[in-house]
Amino acid sequence: MINKICASAEAAVADIRDGSTILVGGFGNAGMPFDLIDALIAQGARDLVIVSNNAGNAETGLGKLLKEGRVRKVVCSFPRQVDSYVFDGLYRAGKIELELVPQGNLSERMRAAGAGIGAFFCPTGVGTLLAGKRETRVIDGRTYVLEYPIKGDFAFIKALKGDRWGNLIYRKTARNFGPVMAMAAAITIAEVDEVVDLGALDPETIITPGIFVHRVVPVAPGMD
Amino acid sequence: MVDFQNLAKMSRDDMAARVAADIPDGAYVNLGIGLPTLVANFLPAGREIVLHSENGLLGMGPAPAKGDEDWDLTNAGKQPVTALPGAAYFHHADSFAMMRGGHLDICVLGAYQVSSTGDLANWHTGAADAIPAVGGAMDLAIGAKKTFVMMEHLTRDGQSKLVPECSYPLTGKACVARVYTDLAVVDIRPEGFVVTHIIPGLSFEELARISGVTLRDGRIGST
Repeated sequence: MINKICASAEAAVADIRDGSTILVGGFGNAGMPFDLIDALIAQGARDLVIVSNNAGNAETGLGKLLKEGRVRKVVCSFPRQVDSYVFDGLYRAGKIELELVPQGNLSERMRAAGAGIGAFFCPTGVGTLLAGKRETRVIDGRTYVLEYPIKGDFAFIKALKGDRWGNLIYRKTARNFGPVMAMAAAITIAEVDEVVDLGALDPETIITPGIFVHRVVPVAPGMD
Repeated sequence: MVDFQNLAKMSRDDMAARVAADIPDGAYVNLGIGLPTLVANFLPAGREIVLHSENGLLGMGPAPAKGDEDWDLTNAGKQPVTALPGAAYFHHADSFAMMRGGHLDICVLGAYQVSSTGDLANWHTGAADAIPAVGGAMDLAIGAKKTFVMMEHLTRDGQSKLVPECSYPLTGKACVARVYTDLAVVDIRPEGFVVTHIIPGLSFEELARISGVTLRDGRIGST
């Protein structure tokens, strides 16, 4: 029998080691898996690489993890926000590494990792600082730059409902990076507002099939 | 000499209305953060225009009434929005496939500088203490079928934002089709900047002088 339901967020993150790369869903606070991040803070793993669109808001979620000094490097598209003062301070003090990635490259590089693509040529960022010194190629008259996959040891994502096979549906724009991150990590952990019986989710409307999800953690809805 | 202080420069709303008037019925459009967001307030009645939000929404509607905010339904600026009938949600890889894959008709972006070859600089000042952040700007700039820029014509200290070559770090090369400023509408064509509209009270020669770049007069009726 397959049962991916974890009793608690603490149990779901217990095996995360120092130095792990963790893909963290969310666009700002929408879709941010706050309970899993809080459990990770309590768990104690350090020297982490965090891949997420932003670099934390105020001192909750990723902001709190950063404040605890547990993150070595952030890979993201938009760290600078009105309330990103924790990241800003660490960055200016040279205490954290930043790899800035255009948002579409961030999602496509994770999709590539999840889809078994070794690398791809992408038009975004050609001729800019963010293309770095990577190889470029002209294909059918257009210039592209070589992009490599981003793979996670773990992914933390937030969904609305899940079942014991790990099938997920999301809520509105809180879906954002969830489906691609689920594909791109060795172990994907989803926190869900509600666990439903197998068969309760309409197969026509499942967004992330359970094959991409390894652990499902029910959390109290509205706690975020 | 033009009296620049008393010139009837277009307001931010005027600029937004001008951009909105050029968006055709049926267009799929992404409006960037900041000034371009205002365009949504002026979309002409009778046209069905579908707004795309990079965080996974087509059919974006206006901000909700106070008290009706849903923080799982936000725009690229992380402000609460609504979803119109016919709206769709999707994940980030699909959202950026819509840009990069050439499915979006128009995006409207703010800018620090636009060059005569259509290079865009809008993500980073390059200042040593600045925290760089790019978001979806680079994907949008090169992805939409047409990239429009909306910006003040001059910086606060009077420097033209139309430039021969961008001095700020680039967002995209040769990607801008048209620039809407508070003084003029300027197309980027193979021959360079072509002015198609100037506000009343400002001559082409005066515009060219304050712009500090080579402009061509492409207004209807000009020679």
